[in-house]
Amino acid sequence: MSSLLAIETKDLGRIYKLRGNKKEPRKELVALQDVNLTVERGELFGLLGPNGAGKTTLIKVLTTLLSPTSGWARVAGADVSTDPDAVRPKINMVSGGESSGYGLLTVRENLWMFSQFYGVPSKEANERIVALLEMVGLKDRMNTKSAELSTGLRQKMNIVRGFLTDPEVLFLDEPTLGLDVGAMRDVRRFILDWLKADQERTLLLTTHYMAEAEELCDRVAIINKGKVLACDKPSVLKQRLQKDALFEIEVSPLNGLTQQMLLDQPEVTKAAVQEIETGAKLSLSLVEESALARVINLFTQKDVKVMSLSKREPTLEDVFVDLVGRSMAEEESNERSE
Amino acid sequence: MQTSTSWRSFRMAAWLGWLIESNWTDPFLFAVYSIVKPISGAAILVIMYGIISQGNYESALFPYIYLGNAFYIYVGAVMTGVSWAVVDDREHYRTLKYMYIAPIHIPIYLLGRGVARFITGSIAVLITLLAGILFLNVRINFAEVDWLLFFTTLIVGVVMLAMLGLLLAGVTLTLARHEGFIGEATAGALYIFSGAVFPLDILPEWMRPIGYFMPTTYWLELLRRSLVGNVAQAFPTLANFSNLQILGMLVGLSIFFGAVSIFIFRWCDFIAREKGLIDRTTNY
Repeated sequence: MSSLLAIETKDLGRIYKLRGNKKEPRKELVALQDVNLTVERGELFGLLGPNGAGKTTLIKVLTTLLSPTSGWARVAGADVSTDPDAVRPKINMVSGGESSGYGLLTVRENLWMFSQFYGVPSKEANERIVALLEMVGLKDRMNTKSAELSTGLRQKMNIVRGFLTDPEVLFLDEPTLGLDVGAMRDVRRFILDWLKADQERTLLLTTHYMAEAEELCDRVAIINKGKVLACDKPSVLKQRLQKDALFEIEVSPLNGLTQQMLLDQPEVTKAAVQEIETGAKLSLSLVEESALARVINLFTQKDVKVMSLSKREPTLEDVFVDLVGRSMAEEESNERSE
Repeated sequence: MQTSTSWRSFRMAAWLGWLIESNWTDPFLFAVYSIVKPISGAAILVIMYGIISQGNYESALFPYIYLGNAFYIYVGAVMTGVSWAVVDDREHYRTLKYMYIAPIHIPIYLLGRGVARFITGSIAVLITLLAGILFLNVRINFAEVDWLLFFTTLIVGVVMLAMLGLLLAGVTLTLARHEGFIGEATAGALYIFSGAVFPLDILPEWMRPIGYFMPTTYWLELLRRSLVGNVAQAFPTLANFSNLQILGMLVGLSIFFGAVSIFIFRWCDFIAREKGLIDRTTNY
């Protein structure tokens, strides 16, 4: 394995056996299927996909918490299944959207304790704690019991816990989940600053916020139903859609106009429909701009009024729609109904 | 490196365990609880004994029961202290996964988490013994106590209990939250089979081998012998064995159960990774 690779997976698979009704046979849930990824040292790599896509499962395997059912994975040069003790000193992880930590300990005590588990000298650990808490705006709460912190502040404490041990490879699983806009911005800036400070640091980030992935990641893997559908730089992924003209149209109630009717138009290559209070929001991908006239004509036939219309550049959301055929929100609601 | 990893796992876990265990908002209430609970338990036993024996506190059975009950506090405290850490970290604090990905020795970490319960258990044992000596006519002649045997037995026994706690911690890893009280349940079951409050000879013959197979039986017998000498030897169960022979059996069974505990913990740990149970929260 090249020493430049921080993470490498080969045909990685994970199947969960679900315990259901005793009379029914055990069901299997394929959480990961033939995942082949390489992440170079110094990269900020994003895993993008809806809830239930397999992102967290992949992180669990890479952080030695979960055994794969097929294939293999290496992190920082060591196999996560056969040599987990070599992996652990080099990694750390933060999961978003949860209130982990010992609430009866102060922020400083929580962080210091974890630093000691990683063998960071106490004096150095205390210096790092102060510096990192200052960076995330939590220094004045250093001696507050973590149980007394708000969810957002507790999340920031956990983010510091992940960075505190200065890991070679850091896994951030939805780190900004549940944070307000200001805190999200702080965390994103903090992540970029941390990576900039050392070119050898590698960060794997999972998110279902497209904008977050676009803003932060050097490369992105789009994952759905346990499979990696595409993996490249965000700009390259978006280039595949550049040939199409993308429009955002807000319309009055649809009056029976369906997504399928839109897709039946020969010039419409992709269509996503999201119902809103005033009617619907349509994302259309057309083979050429001139095709818009025929779409508007369809609206007129159905007595659907156009409230606003804008042409825009493709986003990673469009890439996802292009790959899956549905928006990420639609995919999540479809997954829930299944 | 291995030694320092193990030491820091143990040291920090013990520190954390103590902060959790002593986290009473009212220290006075904590002190009262620590004193009242063991004394109440002993008092109930003494009253029951007094009624059954019609107040015959001079019988050798009385110190037998009292000391067995006092030292049995360690069984629940140490075993639960180690195994409960799994439930506490996984379900309550949601930190078990972060402990698992840290470069620490998880079994040593769990053993360290049991230290706090060992300390509070020791306080309870001491209070119970003092109450027995001062108020309940338990006679211990300190000049005749075999201190070497006492401390050797105590140390071997506590290590043995911690290893049994590790076994239960492994099983707890594979179970849901409501089954996390396995430590106390096991301690309760062992109470009958360890000769804690009555000699094994009282049990039906087919049940006695369970007691003979339990290291706690030999542990309690040796603790009694070291403190009150021949009074404890007056019972037929182990009367034919010398102190050294019983110590040999205690050490042998402790090593056996220690090895079994390590094997079972590793197996359960493997199963937990296979099934994705390390960060499972059951939410009920």
